Amino acid sequence: MAPALGIMGLFFAGPIIWSVYIAFTNKALTGVGAQHPKWVGFANFTQAFHDPLFIHSLVLTAIFVIGSAIIGQNTLGFLIALLERGKNSFVTRALNTFIIAAWVMPEIVAGFCWYAYLYQGGTLDTFLQHFGLSQDWLYTTPMLAIIIANIWRGTAFSMLVYSAGLSDVPAELLEAAKVDGASQFSLLRRVIIPLLRRSIVTNLMLITLQTLASFTLIFVLTAGGPGEASQTTPLYIYQQALQLYDISYGTAMCIVLLLIGALFSVVYIKLIRVEEVG
Amino acid sequence: MIGVLSSGERRAARSNERPRSRFRITSPRIMAARVSAYGVLALVAVFFIAPLLWLVLSAFEPAASVGSAAPLVLSFSNFAKVLNWTTTYKPLINSAILSGSTAIITVVASLFAAYPLSRYQMRFRRPFLYTIVFSTGLPITAILVPVYSMFARFNLVDNMLAVILFMTATSLPFGIWLMKGFMDGVPLELEQAAWVDGATWLGSLRRIVAPLMLPGIMVITIFTFVSQWGNFFVPFILLETQSKFPASVSIYTFFSQYGLVDYGQLAAFSILYTLPAVGLWVVAGRFLKGTFTFAGAVKG
Repeated sequence: MAPALGIMGLFFAGPIIWSVYIAFTNKALTGVGAQHPKWVGFANFTQAFHDPLFIHSLVLTAIFVIGSAIIGQNTLGFLIALLERGKNSFVTRALNTFIIAAWVMPEIVAGFCWYAYLYQGGTLDTFLQHFGLSQDWLYTTPMLAIIIANIWRGTAFSMLVYSAGLSDVPAELLEAAKVDGASQFSLLRRVIIPLLRRSIVTNLMLITLQTLASFTLIFVLTAGGPGEASQTTPLYIYQQALQLYDISYGTAMCIVLLLIGALFSVVYIKLIRVEEVG
Repeated sequence: MIGVLSSGERRAARSNERPRSRFRITSPRIMAARVSAYGVLALVAVFFIAPLLWLVLSAFEPAASVGSAAPLVLSFSNFAKVLNWTTTYKPLINSAILSGSTAIITVVASLFAAYPLSRYQMRFRRPFLYTIVFSTGLPITAILVPVYSMFARFNLVDNMLAVILFMTATSLPFGIWLMKGFMDGVPLELEQAAWVDGATWLGSLRRIVAPLMLPGIMVITIFTFVSQWGNFFVPFILLETQSKFPASVSIYTFFSQYGLVDYGQLAAFSILYTLPAVGLWVVAGRFLKGTFTFAGAVKG
């Protein structure tokens, strides 16, 4: 146990405890606060919740998580798993390869792909020029751009969770419902979705946690811009703490983000308690 | 035997025997459903393949611009241009050092941590497991700023070993969790036999448990390696010297320096950087199929 505990204690728990200390001081990387940080109480937190840009970033993060993870990846992953159910043709296997490749490739390469795709003069733009729709999608619709790119990036996870879940749905049950005259839609609503409830909740929780902390994809695509139009909380924290060197303020915002993550994480633990931990 | 079956079972038996003909008679409604299912899947395929086109087309095109039209000739000139020490080899070696060391330390440490969690009843077992699962959910991005200030305070910025240890710390919770899961699948009986023969817990871990869960260990190694191979934010923040940059950071520097000019080279570099991750993932899939076969070891 000791090596694992030591590493996690020093490099995981350590920074979290350190962050709580820093967040209550005026530590900065340059200037007076750099040499002699002073205790400032809740000032950093008060500042955060009166900072319109921080509130704005939280709203954008919520839009990003709901749009790309909860609605996008979750629905698309479920749809693909459902449509591919029982099919194991060359077509579905090839399709899955592409979906999983998008998820496995380094995030920064995924960012380049979407940059080259959406940029003015990019692949999509070259195609849309024939219809007179030429524009820089990263500039005109930055939030939509990062949401769709992240759907592309992360759908594989939801798809894998749901195809595993669907393969556990007993075929007899579906047959029985069909014999009783259930339509495709009521089969989905009354049999499949209730049986998959656990997979659905677990999946939603995990993709929310992953998307909440998303940085690289947005950083490559829009860098939070234009202006602050797509500046989600991780990007705003990066700007404040590591570009403007206000470490203590950045850390206070980190703690807020960490607490939001912790909240979801606690819900997640409650959900998996029953079987796995035992 | 036939007489024993009810009419329903007989019908089922007959339908199973029915040869699968190429000319199946399908009702129009089912046909329509099948066609629309493939229609939707085709749209999904377009959505997933289109952004990848740039990567492949520009990489093999002699002089690529962003909106590359299909190349008429396959050209490896972009690859030839990036295949040199500073652009490709050194960053890829750095990536391999960072993610390789992280993977090895993670696996060894989680093997030792998972053993008591899987084998002994301890008072702090449950709270510890809860903490582990809880930490897997925490957004790592959110602790990077305090990590940076801590590294700055203790003079660890730009220190590869410290970066490796931080990456290990963030990989360990999930590593331990997976390791415990795989270890629970190794039957205790096999180990008890070794204990009777006088093996210590370390001996039985090394000679019995670890070899039996080798597929699981490979999966954790590859998973950790691949996720750190793609990690951009951590080395981007914690490393400063260009000669220490892994591929993720150096490719970003390349992009911000020549981004609009040399798309072909960026694409070629991206492919070289992506292939190991995708390749290892395929290998991991093979190993994963072999992990659920322990039951046979006890019965024999």
